[in-house]
Amino acid sequence: MLDRRPALTLLSHLVMILGVIIVAFPLYLAFIASTHRPEEIVQLPMPLTPGNYFWQTWHAALFGNATGAGSHAPVLRMMWISLVSALIISLGKIAISLLSAFAIVYFRFPFKKLVFWMIFITLMLPVEVRILPTYQVLSDLNMLNSYAGLSVPLIASATATFLFRQFFMTVPDELVEAARMDGAGPMRFFFDVLLPLSRTAMAALFVIQFIYGWNQYLWPLLATTNEDMYTVVIGIKRMIAGGDSQNEWNVVMATALLAMLPPAIVVISMQKWFVRGLVDTEK
Amino acid sequence: MEKRVQFRSSWLPWVLIAPQMAVICVFFFWPAAQAILQSLQEQDAFGSSTEWVGLDNFQRLFSDATYLESFKTTALFSVLVAGLGIVLSLLLAVFADRVVRGVTFYRTLLILPYAVAPAVAGVLWVFMFSPALGVVAYALGKFGYDWNHLLNGGQAMALIVLAAVWKQISYNFLFFVAALQSIPKSLIEAAAIDGAGPWRRFWGIQLPLISPTTFFLLVMNVVYAFFETFGIVDAATNGGPGKDTSILVYRVYYDGFKAMDLGGSAAQSAVLMLIVIVLTVVQFRYVEKKVNY
Repeated sequence: MLDRRPALTLLSHLVMILGVIIVAFPLYLAFIASTHRPEEIVQLPMPLTPGNYFWQTWHAALFGNATGAGSHAPVLRMMWISLVSALIISLGKIAISLLSAFAIVYFRFPFKKLVFWMIFITLMLPVEVRILPTYQVLSDLNMLNSYAGLSVPLIASATATFLFRQFFMTVPDELVEAARMDGAGPMRFFFDVLLPLSRTAMAALFVIQFIYGWNQYLWPLLATTNEDMYTVVIGIKRMIAGGDSQNEWNVVMATALLAMLPPAIVVISMQKWFVRGLVDTEK
Repeated sequence: MEKRVQFRSSWLPWVLIAPQMAVICVFFFWPAAQAILQSLQEQDAFGSSTEWVGLDNFQRLFSDATYLESFKTTALFSVLVAGLGIVLSLLLAVFADRVVRGVTFYRTLLILPYAVAPAVAGVLWVFMFSPALGVVAYALGKFGYDWNHLLNGGQAMALIVLAAVWKQISYNFLFFVAALQSIPKSLIEAAAIDGAGPWRRFWGIQLPLISPTTFFLLVMNVVYAFFETFGIVDAATNGGPGKDTSILVYRVYYDGFKAMDLGGSAAQSAVLMLIVIVLTVVQFRYVEKKVNY
């Protein structure tokens, strides 16, 4: 900074530390709870330092031999379901959006305006507002309790298409001309020129969409009725079905931490791209 | 807004847009049309008989006091979430901008909640505030404040606001940090040479220059409060006590899947769609103005 004011620097650190403490406290508490026996947590006040029941709790959560009042399906299975559907959502969205954005930007064809607006209008309505009819469509198509049912309806929004469209618009025309001069067809241009240029945009989108997919709640709540197909976010809610004292809060908290682990790894390891993706595109 | 150089093919563009078109037709246009259709119909709970009722569902909806109440609940909730979320994250971002040492450490911890699902955030905060075993509820009790969000509607609202703000701070924080960093250093230096202190520079230079970001975040936060907080509400309060924390999205779900009022739920969907469209138009006009091709 330009002016050296030790007091202000000190204040800045204090505000940062206070912010970090408040932000991290719920996570810290969840971790502590996961290291104790359930009986110890329901005592008032619950201990604020780690106990020695860590392995048992996490083992019970992962492999589903908990004994609490709510659901105790194995979390490992749930995390697998979450992972597969989050990957289908993020990769599927990126793939179909790349193709359609390419068509819209680089081709002239009849009804292009109509197609553009049909895609654009999907930006406006999240699945939450048409929840019941989408559910009916899904059950008509016999897609309840399937990976496709968990993921495909969430692909049906065009955020990524518009991102790629905006990005393709900034690609210089000279590149197309050069490609054409070299005798490259449209698909050759797409794979050899456009895709390599879009890597950053794809990485940023992947982070955003993966987390979006992983963290879904309302949709999987409806699309899965079978314990075998619960995602981990749904599973954790089903675990707290009992009253305060019947729940195995240590297992619930271990599950909460497990549920945030993969998205946290993605966010932290791809922090740079994620920030750039957010800032460049304002999504 | 069109490329000068384009490829020519009568079939390739259709192949390219086919996957997207298929997905949005089946999972977007079909259900959206259904929602509008159903909002004009009355169906019994088993779906065996259907009759046209015109705008009856809407009339019933707007004469239902609890629905109007959930409008108010949603408005209060959104204002609190967006307001608190923006102010707190701006505060953190301004101070983060001043910190040189340890900024990566702070930032990494501050963006962690972005990775947490809303429903999981709801569970975490319920655990802290549970009247029977929550640490924070216990501490509040020690200070002589009785916490029981299962009975007290205001406290239930406070709980979901806290959880929602906690989860959204990281998103806002990232945008504010980026916006503050994009302000030219020369501007700030010039102001400093003219004798403007940090406070004055914040109000006179930084805040006005990041106002586009602030506006953008305002829209995003309202959208977030409207839709993405369903998980928080469902996990933390189930819309209760009574209907005190039943925000609009929660009502659509509850009336459609729990109370089996299909027409009413569809009519609510239609109302929500209208709200989103207005929000999107506002946002798009702003974004379009800012984007240069």
